[in-house]
Amino acid sequence: MDTAALLQEFSDAHGVSGYEDAPRAIAQRVLEPLVDSMRVDALGNLITFKKGTGDANGKHRTMMLAAHMDEIGMMVTGYSGGFLRVFRVGGSDPRTLVGQEVVVHGVRDFPGVIASRPPHVLSAEDRKKTPDWNDLYIDIGATADEIEGLVTIGDTITLRSSFVKLSGGYAAGKAMDDRASVVTIALCMQELAGVTHEWDIAAVATTQEEVGLRGAIVSAFGVAPDAAIAIDVGFGAQVGVDPNISIKMDGGPCLSIGPNFHPTMYQGLIDVAQKREIKIQSEVIPGASGTDAWGIQIAREGVPTALLGLPLRYMHSSVETVAIADVERTGRLMAAFIQSLKGDIELDAQAKE
Amino acid sequence: MKEMIKELVSAYGPSGNEGQVRAIIESLAVKATDDIRTDSMGNLIVLKKGTGGGKRVMVAAHMDEIGLVVSYIDKNGFARVNPVGGVRIPSIMGTLARFADGTVATINREKAMTKGNEVATWDEIFLDFGVDSAEDCPVGIGDMACLDCAYADLGKRLVGKAMDDRISCAVELQALLEMGESPNDIYFVFTVQEEVGTRGAMVSAFGVEPDLGIAIDVTLSGDTPEDDPFAVVLGKGPAIKVMDSGSIAHPGVKNWMIKGAQEMELPYQLEVLKFGGTDARAIQMSRGGVPSGCISVPTRYVHTSVEMVDMDDVENSVKLLKGLLSKPIAF
Amino acid sequence: MLLEKISNARGVSGNEKGVRQVLREAVAEYCDDIKVDALGNLICYKKARTATTDKPLRLMVSAHMDEVGLIVTGFNGDGTLRFGCVGGIDGRVLVARTVLIGDTEVPGVIGCSPIHLVPAEARTKAVDADKLVIDIGATDEASARKLVSLGDYACFAVTYEPLLDGQLRAVKGKAFDDRAGCTVLVELLKEDLPVDLYACFTSQEEVGLRGARVAAYAVDPDAAIALEGTICDDLPKEQDKTPVTEVGKGPAITFMDRSFIADQRLVKLLTSTAKAEGIPCQFKRAAAGGTDAGAIHLAREGVPSVTVAVPCRYIHAPASVLSLNDLENTVQLLAAAIKRMNGGLA
Repeated sequence: MDTAALLQEFSDAHGVSGYEDAPRAIAQRVLEPLVDSMRVDALGNLITFKKGTGDANGKHRTMMLAAHMDEIGMMVTGYSGGFLRVFRVGGSDPRTLVGQEVVVHGVRDFPGVIASRPPHVLSAEDRKKTPDWNDLYIDIGATADEIEGLVTIGDTITLRSSFVKLSGGYAAGKAMDDRASVVTIALCMQELAGVTHEWDIAAVATTQEEVGLRGAIVSAFGVAPDAAIAIDVGFGAQVGVDPNISIKMDGGPCLSIGPNFHPTMYQGLIDVAQKREIKIQSEVIPGASGTDAWGIQIAREGVPTALLGLPLRYMHSSVETVAIADVERTGRLMAAFIQSLKGDIELDAQAKE
Repeated sequence: MKEMIKELVSAYGPSGNEGQVRAIIESLAVKATDDIRTDSMGNLIVLKKGTGGGKRVMVAAHMDEIGLVVSYIDKNGFARVNPVGGVRIPSIMGTLARFADGTVATINREKAMTKGNEVATWDEIFLDFGVDSAEDCPVGIGDMACLDCAYADLGKRLVGKAMDDRISCAVELQALLEMGESPNDIYFVFTVQEEVGTRGAMVSAFGVEPDLGIAIDVTLSGDTPEDDPFAVVLGKGPAIKVMDSGSIAHPGVKNWMIKGAQEMELPYQLEVLKFGGTDARAIQMSRGGVPSGCISVPTRYVHTSVEMVDMDDVENSVKLLKGLLSKPIAF
Repeated sequence: MLLEKISNARGVSGNEKGVRQVLREAVAEYCDDIKVDALGNLICYKKARTATTDKPLRLMVSAHMDEVGLIVTGFNGDGTLRFGCVGGIDGRVLVARTVLIGDTEVPGVIGCSPIHLVPAEARTKAVDADKLVIDIGATDEASARKLVSLGDYACFAVTYEPLLDGQLRAVKGKAFDDRAGCTVLVELLKEDLPVDLYACFTSQEEVGLRGARVAAYAVDPDAAIALEGTICDDLPKEQDKTPVTEVGKGPAITFMDRSFIADQRLVKLLTSTAKAEGIPCQFKRAAAGGTDAGAIHLAREGVPSVTVAVPCRYIHAPASVLSLNDLENTVQLLAAAIKRMNGGLA
């Protein structure tokens, strides 16, 4: 698998929360040869299964891997003349939007521009303001007569494809959050192809994470896993961000500690990383992690859960940047961890204390 | 249908106290089916059995309304309150609070003469029952009040409290009563506690375990003077929800609704709401997920005692719902 | 004294093993079955002893084990520790505080700048909690790391002790929210009751009612009671406004809070039982806060639920105060009410 090519294909695909058809089709194609079966649930989650051998008593346990395939974007809310009024889907950042090129997914895909008034006509004060959603218009070049036949209220809008390979093994794109993590799952499943492992694997490309972890919550109920790893992006070190709250780029996946994460899952991943000499880092999240892990942990009777954070710069912008080596390390770490699982491992260490 | 609407919106039913509304609905629903049950939280679940081969559909409209709950009674018999659901203070000033047994009280603020133009905080609001001591206060801690009804029939349009969401209860009931044969098993659910977080729909959806969820609820109307831009207006038909902050409608369900409206030549609008949430969210998130959508009745002045709806929208909502449910469903 | 042991035990949300150990020992002889689940809930089952029906009510009674506290999030070059708050803590109570870090209870202090050096206009402002650090006496990062690990949880160094032995029989201690509830629940396990009792000592209440949610799903009860140590605002007030609850006036029954609306049958059962038995009780007179009942009542097809609490002053601050009278009356009220559940809910 060519990691960079996969990153490009996934990141350039268009799929805001609730409308993940395009990235799902890619994930289906990529995972199909690596798994035993797959299904799509009511919220559009792609749930793939690979059987393990089961333990000595024939008991099967399931490890769920979850990375979300939706991206932030916009939705058409109405018209104003030939222009479109829009509102965010997920945490789109209006500071980054003015002047951006977009794709409006109407009766067909239309290229468009987020309108900006010329600086010449703006007061110095206005130029310092972040626009309100009521002031953002999208222009696809249509007149008032044409627009309603081409674009309907509720149509989605994404940023234009923007993948670029940077030097030093870095790559930037519009939807690395969290498609780069979907790539880590593909790499993990690739590593596990033809290899024996005790645990079954439910590798899930989740939907609607950006609007509230919705895909993860229902897919975790559906899968009913015995343990789970969520993979999502973390704040990579960058200019303007406190180094105390960011993680190192090219420093390997970041393992989280806190109430959202089961201590034995955390320790198990650390042990495997050390044994396999895979670079990792750690960070503490004192409460809600805001990731699929937060939703999965409380599915049904509770799920021991871990979070792997992929270092990423410029989150929620069109130039989200990752180190390709981190993507590969994350895939390798998960594969090695799954191979290391024997029986119940120490998941119920708390019960035996 | 107007009579039914009047009776429903006039009834008392703040979240958690939906019994009076439930009794009215049950007495009407029995004309269509005897398969009716009330679950542990108070949701009324009415099954209209299908002829077979169809889907298991849950339709939800909530019975509860916003209100006030008594949290403290001072020595002079004035009651302090907390809001039940999303009550905005300016819109309750000057209305009456009405309790389950019909007891009414005025809703007032401290220092009304000097601070009357400022928005009060909940700490500054109190109820006056016309008594002089705590002993004479006719209500107790934990008792809930709804806003008193100011029902008016303006002809084409109706005004009242609790159009949110009794108008949808009326739409559901009317569809149930008019419903002919259908292949689908339709669970008409009248939910509780929506205004405090779609709680009734959450547990009833778990129980019903539907293949498809449809919430009926009110939405706003963007056609009043200098309103924020909002594409839905009164009188142009039921709104088919695309998204609000609680849920994104299943694209297949949304398109099925649009196609249905087009085939029946019913007016409809599309709705993207920047905030809010409906029972559709609760149903969608139930168990392993349920394809869900929402039909909204455009309503002006939502969460006041003068909520306004348009009868054409109401009747077209009934037609749309009935038409959609009476045929085999594919999305 | 059980409350003393439970209160002194460690158990910040997500790391409840210290207090869980104490509780497990305390309840072992009274239970028919004990298990710990994936979130660390301690779920204790005691079969109905006095039921006269074949299908006794499955009653879940919960009390959360976890407490608010701190977690180490990083190391500074000067040997001090950065930390985050686990659960809702008023930043003002962190200043000038001793904490105990990790299983080995490494002591540390949270200091602040000397008042002499603070400009007059800044003195009336609360200290910025984000800038506080823990000082364990280490002089560089390496020596700090020898004692403390990233992610170690820290508790406030507060020890249980009786205050004045007067009418209130007031005691002071750490984490009465909700070790008071845990104490009541242990006492209930000693009773012979007509219900199948699932005593759930839950985890992670303070970070979002998370333990109770999965425990309720697993237990699938017919009804539930959440036991709490709740808000009490009975300091002297000039206005005739709600104290929420008052210490010494008995267990507080919740009619509604942010997280749920109490089941009216259960509220009636509790108030009528209190009246019949002559046990003082009060309503929690504000619809504020959230409890495990918020998660439990939404489990599966819904669970009729109510919350009963021991009034506790100064919750979410290091040292809280309660009246042993209230604690004992809560046990009595609950035991008497549950004994009336023989025929199920009315």
